Amino acid sequence: MRGDLAKAFELANTQVFRHASLPKSYTDLFGRKLFLALLTIQGLGAFALITLGVMLNKFNVARSVVQPRVRHEISRAGVALMPMFLFIALALGFLVVGQTVSALAKVGATNYLGSTMVIVIVRELGPLLTAVLVLARVGTANVIELGTARALGEVEALEALGIDPVHYLIVPRVIGMALGIFALTVYLIIGALGSGYLFAFLQDVPLGPGDYFKQIAEALNWLDFALLALKTVAFGFFIAIVTCYHGLAQPLRLEDVSRVAVRAVTQGVIVCVLVDAVFIVLYLVT
Amino acid sequence: MSENISHPAVIEMSAARIGALRDTLFTVVEHVDWSVSSGEFWVVAGRQHSGKSDLLLHAGGLITPSRGSCRVFGCETKNFGEAQIAERLRIGFVFAGGNLFNQLTIAENVALPLRYQRNYPLKEVAGVVEELLELLELTPFADNTPSNLTVNWRQRAALARALVLKPELLLLDNPLGGLDGRHRQWLMRFLEQLWSGHQYFGGRPMTLVVTADDLRVWQHPQWKYAMLDEKKFSVLGAWREVAAARIPAVKELLAEPVETTI
Repeated sequence: MRGDLAKAFELANTQVFRHASLPKSYTDLFGRKLFLALLTIQGLGAFALITLGVMLNKFNVARSVVQPRVRHEISRAGVALMPMFLFIALALGFLVVGQTVSALAKVGATNYLGSTMVIVIVRELGPLLTAVLVLARVGTANVIELGTARALGEVEALEALGIDPVHYLIVPRVIGMALGIFALTVYLIIGALGSGYLFAFLQDVPLGPGDYFKQIAEALNWLDFALLALKTVAFGFFIAIVTCYHGLAQPLRLEDVSRVAVRAVTQGVIVCVLVDAVFIVLYLVT
Repeated sequence: MSENISHPAVIEMSAARIGALRDTLFTVVEHVDWSVSSGEFWVVAGRQHSGKSDLLLHAGGLITPSRGSCRVFGCETKNFGEAQIAERLRIGFVFAGGNLFNQLTIAENVALPLRYQRNYPLKEVAGVVEELLELLELTPFADNTPSNLTVNWRQRAALARALVLKPELLLLDNPLGGLDGRHRQWLMRFLEQLWSGHQYFGGRPMTLVVTADDLRVWQHPQWKYAMLDEKKFSVLGAWREVAAARIPAVKELLAEPVETTI
């Protein structure tokens, strides 16, 4: 029963150590922290699987209600962030690309420009920066919205109306964030590479725009496109899962909301780094 | 378990242990044996934090008892899942305070169950929603969000949302809590009409269960009463038995007689 969701995922530290005495040693403290971390991973994993199951099983259920919510989430985690990402793309272009192009030109290493840009911007900085910024802007809002909804009894109200809270509240956020991060990453990469060249051009770097973009295009292969898509969708999925898990899958009081928001953002950053590490291994293997 | 052919049991609790919503392992009421038949109106009274809301959540199948059984429309609530959604939708639930969705307007709140369960776009349910809003005098507030309304109107909106799917069993958690005199009288009259068969619902009598922390206003010769006190659930019977009861907790809930127009 969906009502048991709360019980199933109730925060480890409220359930497990409710009646526990104070830790007697640092080893004891470390053991508890480790145990809590494992329980959190278990909870997150179960929540992710439930969400995936609901996404697949209820693909055609209540589309007239869920589809507008998905569009809203795509707008919130994508379209609405475009002005901010234009600024970030310009800043990234100036700080990283422009200076890198200029530095490589000074030592006569412009032949390495394409591969450097692809590794730094396309593979690493673009997706990771986008994920962290979306986590900060939309992920925190997710935790606060869902946490408040939970504390005010809206989740129980959904269940009483026969509406699956995961389908109504989580699935649109997961889809919206996955697609939003993918689109914003592409936007950020294009913006950063374009503005970076613009700054390099203003510094009189002897490199034509044709050569610059040709080098980048040659350094890219099909795997970069495929892994970029996979990586950004994975970032979106896991950020949405972590933030929604902390907001929804546990009984909350209003005063708990700020605490779980901080915890969700911290865990969101950790998850992003872990996902990034997995993809670095994939890049190295392929 | 009492079951009558003409009035089948709607809620049947047998040796049910009632846990709290926030921690279902924490027992708030021990050993509940209770049967609600179709067409009955039950008032479950108790002090604040006596477990009335949790009992009602169990009766609505939103929490399952940690021990014993709870059947609603003949279906064990432990088995309530996607396959039993039809049974779930025969129950309307009005939470204390309403628990409306704050991001949606009142009209959207009322339309949501209908849209989700029938997969209708907003335009298609607009007529039904307008009709129901008019019935509950909520039309002027249709485009307001819940936070812009007083508790009086929020409670009515929650009632409208619970009624939109035309349930057979309506559970209301402390529906009079925080309401002013006018709204109390209106709600009491409306609930009585629902119980005896409202025209809007085709004259079909509805089964109602309400919780209350003050029994005085719920006086009715044909309604049934139960009480929660110190983790115990007791069926008091009809009003005359309530009035004659010598239990201190009942006396407390009947503290002073009040004049009422109901």
